[in-house]
Amino acid sequence: MLTCKNATRMLSEAQDRELVLSEKMQLEMHLALCKGCRNYRKQMKFLRQTCRRFVEESSKDGA
Amino acid sequence: MTAAATLPIANADLDAIRRDMLKFAHLQLRDRAQAEDAVQEALLAAFANARNFAGRAALKTWVFAILKNKIVDSLRQRNRTINVSALSAADESLDQAFEAQFKANAHWNPGARPSNWGDPEETLRQQAFWTVFEACLEHLPENTARVFMMREFLEFETPEVCQELSITTSNCNVILHRARNGLRRCLEKNWFSAGEQPC
Repeated sequence: MLTCKNATRMLSEAQDRELVLSEKMQLEMHLALCKGCRNYRKQMKFLRQTCRRFVEESSKDGA
Repeated sequence: MTAAATLPIANADLDAIRRDMLKFAHLQLRDRAQAEDAVQEALLAAFANARNFAGRAALKTWVFAILKNKIVDSLRQRNRTINVSALSAADESLDQAFEAQFKANAHWNPGARPSNWGDPEETLRQQAFWTVFEACLEHLPENTARVFMMREFLEFETPEVCQELSITTSNCNVILHRARNGLRRCLEKNWFSAGEQPC
């Protein structure tokens, strides 16, 4: 059974590479049971979205 | 300076763009002189190729694209002399904070369990959020921040980041995970659980 600690590592790596099937299955099983790690996954996606937006907004014409 | 005369924008507009460029470069290079150099080179390259822009918005997008390349050049030069994988005291303290989030069985401590941050768009619309976000980025240890920003701001693929910095993939993963967890903890503490919205 995947621990939360290792789940966070996998969730970070999922931002950088496609996880292999066995990793995905382990992770999904864990996430199905763990709200904290589901939130962590959303937070990782939020960080990516925020960084993209930050760069867009910086290079866009201000008000 | 007559260079500005060749661009279809007013000096005041150019100053505003330059300020934004400097802020962007400084965040990533964390060195005033290197940031100034990168901005200067980007602007010179823009002037050298001055063509018809549909106003200052198009110009700004273009000079920022050039600026990103200049930042990459600057990072490359510096990476020859800096050991990115060296752990600073600040990195170690981030790692300790990471470990402290978990119980002995490696599951979340109830107090550290990540919370629901709600609707991202709602958050990103708030000007005050961006101030906190920038402060959290600046709070990351220098090398950790550099790897993170190469990945997320300059949009290198992770293998390219490792290659540019001469670090192993697993080291790269460790650094990115440290950066992301540090950033998420900083935002959770200073934005998402900092009480209700200030009135």
